[in-house]
Amino acid sequence: MKDRLILHSDCNCFYASVEMLHHPEYRNKPLAVGGDKESRHGIILTANYRAKAYGIKTGMTLGQALKHCPTLIIESPHMDEYIRFSEMTHEIYADYTDLQEPYGIDECWLDITHSVDSEEEGIRVAKEINSRIKSELGITVSIGVSFNKVLAKLGSDYKKPDAITTMLRNEFKDKAWPLPVSDLLYVGKSTANKLNSVGIRTIGDLAQTDRRLLTSFLGKLGDTLWIFANGLDDSPVVGDKSGIPVKSIGNSTTTCRDLLNNEDVRIVIFSLAESVGARLRAKGFRCRVVEISVRNNELVTYTRQRKISSATNITSEIAKEAYILFEESYKWDKPVRSIGVRGTDLVDENYSEQLELFCDYSRREKMQKTDSVIDDIRRRFGNDSIKRGLALKDEQLYQSGR
Amino acid sequence: MNSKVYVDVMAEFTRDGQLIPKKIVWEDGHIFDIDRIKDVRRAASLRAGGCGMRYTCQIDNCEAYLYYEEDNKWFVVRK
Repeated sequence: MKDRLILHSDCNCFYASVEMLHHPEYRNKPLAVGGDKESRHGIILTANYRAKAYGIKTGMTLGQALKHCPTLIIESPHMDEYIRFSEMTHEIYADYTDLQEPYGIDECWLDITHSVDSEEEGIRVAKEINSRIKSELGITVSIGVSFNKVLAKLGSDYKKPDAITTMLRNEFKDKAWPLPVSDLLYVGKSTANKLNSVGIRTIGDLAQTDRRLLTSFLGKLGDTLWIFANGLDDSPVVGDKSGIPVKSIGNSTTTCRDLLNNEDVRIVIFSLAESVGARLRAKGFRCRVVEISVRNNELVTYTRQRKISSATNITSEIAKEAYILFEESYKWDKPVRSIGVRGTDLVDENYSEQLELFCDYSRREKMQKTDSVIDDIRRRFGNDSIKRGLALKDEQLYQSGR
Repeated sequence: MNSKVYVDVMAEFTRDGQLIPKKIVWEDGHIFDIDRIKDVRRAASLRAGGCGMRYTCQIDNCEAYLYYEEDNKWFVVRK
């Protein structure tokens, strides 16, 4: 059977590239796109290659970045403009295939299997896309060309900026296997450390490790990574995701200042839970699992989740569960930079479940009615028309989660 | 000097939906007739900074790029 032909296109330093297009005077200077300088809301989102040469990395605070490079130009993000450019890249991709799957705002997989007759023609399409984006939009892309999504992504990361890299069946072992295992999709810092600790340093090492051993070591992820490393990923490029059911509803934020204690975190968690609860209710869902994600000021991130006894879309219940998860898991060795709250394992709001003997259902009903009234007030008079008393403890922090 | 010059443009919409610029009003008020449009394509201008539909115009035997941005503004790249 003929191999599929998948491209992965990645816009290089996307936000910074769009800013450099609009400000040609920045082109040969170190530039970063980051949060608002005054409120210090956020961090460096993207840096151009000149800034990267100074050690500027995504996730640094503005202060840290300026220490590395005092002449760094920091531009506040213009999301509308980035979305517009992202849409224009998709318009160009659409000239070659209707099977495109965005991966974030600046990356996209394209399945061009049925648009071309040969690998050579696929490479020609990749070159044409690269050249059109450069001439029509004034930004550059790196494109990986392969027979599956994982290796195509590896290809687009292989050489940057403005490059085409093939990872075809007859060459992927030579090109991909010597790469560090951390380059593989789904291998984050923690998984890479675990793999390194048992001597698995390259993608080739991973591919040649016994599959069952990996599964016993990393669980389901171990099996997935073994499949990836051996070029066996056969996941499709999903063109239209509109028919895919919602699996979870969440919200996260990088706060206007680092969070220093449980009370700070509680304020942000309640603020995030407000929108998660409201969106669950608006879509007619309840969740059976609450999940949090926490990132400290050194950008170490973890997630925790717990199953709850009764499916809920009540804001205060979601917030309470999320806060318990945080309290149980965070050791406060570093301040917290960002937090996320998510409801997963969704069920319809009319879903029937076994009632609990010791649950105060009349109180739950009152809370549901309260949420419903609050939703209505906010719909009619705006989000800030009604707030929790907790918001008064630190208005700015509370707004971070909105 | 900024090489991106926003200009007023007198243009014509044809019945088949094409937009054809006819005259450019330069920043000093001088009006230039566009004698011919040699090419129309989407393009970026790295020198002026921006992108949009690029009209390659012939004006008094000279060639000039006239860009139509998505926010309905026209600019010329200063030579």
